[in-house]
Amino acid sequence: MFLSMNWISDFVDLSGLDKKELISRFSLSTAEVENEIFFKGEDLSGVVVAEIKSVEPHPDSHKLHLLKVDAGDGKLTDVVCGAPNVRVGMKTAFAKVGAKLGDLEITPRDLAGFTSYGMCCSEKEIGISDNHEGIMDITDDFACGTDIKDAYEVDDIIFEVDNKSLTNRPDLWGHYGIAREFAAISGRELKPIETFDLAPFASLEKVDMKIENPLCYRYSCLKFENISKNVSPVNMRIRLYYCGMRAINLLADLTNYLMLEMGQPMHAFDSRKVEKIRIKTFDKPFVFKTLDGVERNIDENTLMICNDNTPVAIAGIMGGLDSEIVEDTSTLTLESATFDAVSVRKSTVRLAHRTDASMRYEKCLDPELTVKAIERFVKLLKDIDPGVKIVSALTDEYAFRYDTITVNIDKNYIDRYTGIDISSDRIEQTLKSLGFGVTRNGDAFSVVVPSWRATKDVSMKADLVEEVTRIYGYDNFDIHTAKAPLYPVREFVTKTTEDKVKDLLVKRYSLHEVHSYVWAYYDEYKELGIDVEENVKIKDSSNVNIETIRRNIAPTQFCQVKYNFQYASDFGIFEVGRVVQGLKSDGLCDEKKLLCVTLFSKTKTTEALYYELRDILAVLVGDIKQENISFKKKEATHSYQHTKNLNSVFAGNVEIGEIGVAHPCVVKAIDKKASIVYAEIDMEKFSGVEYKGIHYTAPGKFPEMTVDLSFVSKSFAPIAEAVKKAGSELVKKVSVADIYDDGDNRSITVRLVFAHPDRTLTREEVTEVTDKVVDLLSKEGIALKN
Amino acid sequence: MSMDERIAELKARLDAELSRITEGADLENLRVEYLGKKGSVTELLKGLKDLSNEEKKTFGQKVNLLKGEVSDRIDEYKARLAKAELEKELNSAPEFDMSVPADTQRGSYHPITLVQRECERIFKSMGFTVEDYSEIVSEYECFESLNIPKHHPARDMQDTYYLENGQLLKTQTSAAQNRIYSKYKAQLINEGKPIKAIFPGRCFRNESTDATHENTFFQMEGVMVGKDINISNLIFFMKTMLSEVFQRDIKVRLRPGFFPFVEPGFELDINCLICGGVGCPSCNRSGWLELCPCGMIHPRVLEEGGIDPEEYTGYAFGLGLTRLAMMKYGIKDIRDLNSGNLKALDQFTDGEE
Repeated sequence: MFLSMNWISDFVDLSGLDKKELISRFSLSTAEVENEIFFKGEDLSGVVVAEIKSVEPHPDSHKLHLLKVDAGDGKLTDVVCGAPNVRVGMKTAFAKVGAKLGDLEITPRDLAGFTSYGMCCSEKEIGISDNHEGIMDITDDFACGTDIKDAYEVDDIIFEVDNKSLTNRPDLWGHYGIAREFAAISGRELKPIETFDLAPFASLEKVDMKIENPLCYRYSCLKFENISKNVSPVNMRIRLYYCGMRAINLLADLTNYLMLEMGQPMHAFDSRKVEKIRIKTFDKPFVFKTLDGVERNIDENTLMICNDNTPVAIAGIMGGLDSEIVEDTSTLTLESATFDAVSVRKSTVRLAHRTDASMRYEKCLDPELTVKAIERFVKLLKDIDPGVKIVSALTDEYAFRYDTITVNIDKNYIDRYTGIDISSDRIEQTLKSLGFGVTRNGDAFSVVVPSWRATKDVSMKADLVEEVTRIYGYDNFDIHTAKAPLYPVREFVTKTTEDKVKDLLVKRYSLHEVHSYVWAYYDEYKELGIDVEENVKIKDSSNVNIETIRRNIAPTQFCQVKYNFQYASDFGIFEVGRVVQGLKSDGLCDEKKLLCVTLFSKTKTTEALYYELRDILAVLVGDIKQENISFKKKEATHSYQHTKNLNSVFAGNVEIGEIGVAHPCVVKAIDKKASIVYAEIDMEKFSGVEYKGIHYTAPGKFPEMTVDLSFVSKSFAPIAEAVKKAGSELVKKVSVADIYDDGDNRSITVRLVFAHPDRTLTREEVTEVTDKVVDLLSKEGIALKN
Repeated sequence: MSMDERIAELKARLDAELSRITEGADLENLRVEYLGKKGSVTELLKGLKDLSNEEKKTFGQKVNLLKGEVSDRIDEYKARLAKAELEKELNSAPEFDMSVPADTQRGSYHPITLVQRECERIFKSMGFTVEDYSEIVSEYECFESLNIPKHHPARDMQDTYYLENGQLLKTQTSAAQNRIYSKYKAQLINEGKPIKAIFPGRCFRNESTDATHENTFFQMEGVMVGKDINISNLIFFMKTMLSEVFQRDIKVRLRPGFFPFVEPGFELDINCLICGGVGCPSCNRSGWLELCPCGMIHPRVLEEGGIDPEEYTGYAFGLGLTRLAMMKYGIKDIRDLNSGNLKALDQFTDGEE
């Protein structure tokens, strides 16, 4: 919303104050001001009121005229002018030689053989409207030579307030409310708004009007006629233009002017079309043409202004085309009303049509405004067009009144909230300057909230604290740390586990952390042959790619692998992210936090890559929980899983997730020669695994003996089993030293480490154990390899 | 030849032979040749038997001296040989090509993780707990408990991803406030422990994405509730925290801002980091950057959390982690963050200074 400093100054005398400084204080105390401030008229000088004394046609041009102009300097000036509306006796804005209009400096100029000593200007050229059809036609009675800036309010400071920052301030949607803030900030007095007293017309007949729906809080109206003027005064048009509105005609301009001044939207009907005003909704939807000529679908929830049963306006949003003021309108009905804010907002959303009026109604306007706005309207109209006749009594139905709000507060409360000392005098003065009614008893205050702040904005002590502190200025606050008792802060194991996982994966395994979206990527899954699994969905989504919440992260990661398949021949990615695995019995989402790791390789076999991932998981479990990892075969249940080599992952005896291979379809869609393996770990289960701790054993004093044995075996499992069965306490460690696979046979070399805590081992006692292992295995058909 | 002559001759011969030897093995052969059972020195000793007792004594001593001398000479030569060999090994070692660029391939953190950890570190150092919270919440948690009434525009379908089961994807980290008050209120009321918590998390808004808009982004909310927590404290903590984050003295400025869950509510600006506050294109020539909303927790929000607002007060703030990461690293397109594009993400190898 654009605001005019001249307009504000109608209501508060700001003379002698630095306006720019005031605007920046307004931004810090009230609402956000956009950075750019417009100094209107700043780049205009040397333009005066002048009268055209003669008009001669140009001998060589159809468009140009040769004028003699009286610019008030005791002589006639020759001017060549191309405007179509020149006439003798017309007064216009004249830029003398030496005048400046922005970057343009007026010098004597030759135009088709004649010298022009100045320029007659259009309103656009002097920046007061966008009218460029002809030169300005000044009808007001100014002496020739009067500087245009003395004649009209060309000079002004315009600033823009971010509408969003006024969301909660219905009182700031007009200049008068803004002026109140400037008064409070500057410590100057706010002037009362001048109105026209309508009491003498109370005996006239009332308008036939009735509120039939409680969504209309108050409806006030007045009839008048005998309007003789159609064009608004120049200064009014300038203000409207500077504030971003176009001048239309006197009545439309006046309703707009009132809206920008008091924040109260108004509407003028042709009285012939609204003889019986009813405010109501309809049982059935219908089509209604608004005054912008657009046909709109109205439903049964939309509040309408009607002439009996014929709708004439959408309440709070826009008037209808059929009831608009037309050329032969002689009697007008002026509406000034308050409607339910939520209802107006909902209708606006339904109609997808937001107007200056609806924007204001949505903020919960003060119903006290309606009558005052009519009185102000009449005052302004009578000043412009004294012959206007009021032909009805002020008609007003006040169906819903907000309660008067009184808040009791004391200085102590404010001090506790602010942490600084704001004096009781200052508190009282600030609240009064903002229009609050204050009864003070020492340091205690009983505060009555003014009607324009009582519709939703201010209702409690904390609200008053804000009023006092914002005017005091947050820049003026002494800042200090809090006084609070100290206690140790506990870190949560869920958090530390997650941090450690990320550190290990990044620092030790050089994997890359990625983020992704929480929903299934329908189109991308399809390319990889992955089903979007049934799961909770986003309501009324119109985009299949932002609809179903994912159950697992692996499919997302396969999409990301595909995106990156040319990034490197080998890489790994991981994410700690959320999924939903259906609904719980209480109907709420079963949300899980998963770690997903995917490895991609064009150089390694799937088996090698799988072991690599297995080792990563083993180190995660071993490092973070000091726990052993183990695996158990499981059946594939998702379309992205390879049916083979899918294993549950256990930390100790807690199942924490799975490790698997991407389905061949997925691999083929990415790179048929690549290997892709993945693991998903439930972070909550993993975090919950008890930390085993480090259990120190002193290193043995006697030498260890290492024996390597090679067996022809498909699996390591029977060998480990045989070693265990051999049951010797001397075996300290069993590991796989080598696996050799020639395609037909697979031989596994196991390394057994023997030690005795109290003495050096003899070859014989070691051989006794190894012989037993070999013997046990040969019984199962597993031969020792030489 | 006298014994003396023979000793001198033997020494000369040893010197000559030693000078010809280049291999350690030859040296050991030479040792045997001189000192072995049949060696030259032993032979000399054998010659002693023909001498008189007096001479035996004199020459015996001389030969024994010679024995030691020969052994020392050979050892000395052996050491020289070993040193020469080591030298040779050192000299023959190849020079490595240091002009080949180092392999710097490392893993990477997501930039959000780096920024989040930095914020967490700062707040942990000031005694705040770091809370984790679900992404799917109820309307009560996201709106009602935060004093956002039924018909508030923030609750519109256009802004919020509602789920079919009535829950929703949280639109703001504030959705955790109520749960956190419930969790800690007993400690606050019974033990006087102030609630100091931050809760980073992912949020969702139903909007179309472009370089500066995302439907999925990260925030970090913080609250402090206790006796007499006030506006002055709020400004202090925000200034301290932001100065730590940006590693320099940050100027902060508060303006009134309306958010239903705080009263008074503020928009917090910091002096522009690019121009230092004099005005530049980045800050729209204002010298200030709008950074985070904050305020005193609304009494009704405390009440919903079971905390008496007459007795306790608190502040809350919401920091845009995504925005912070973009500012810190100069990321121009917000969509890079969720793209999974490793060309963008692999640059964030470590964050802490």
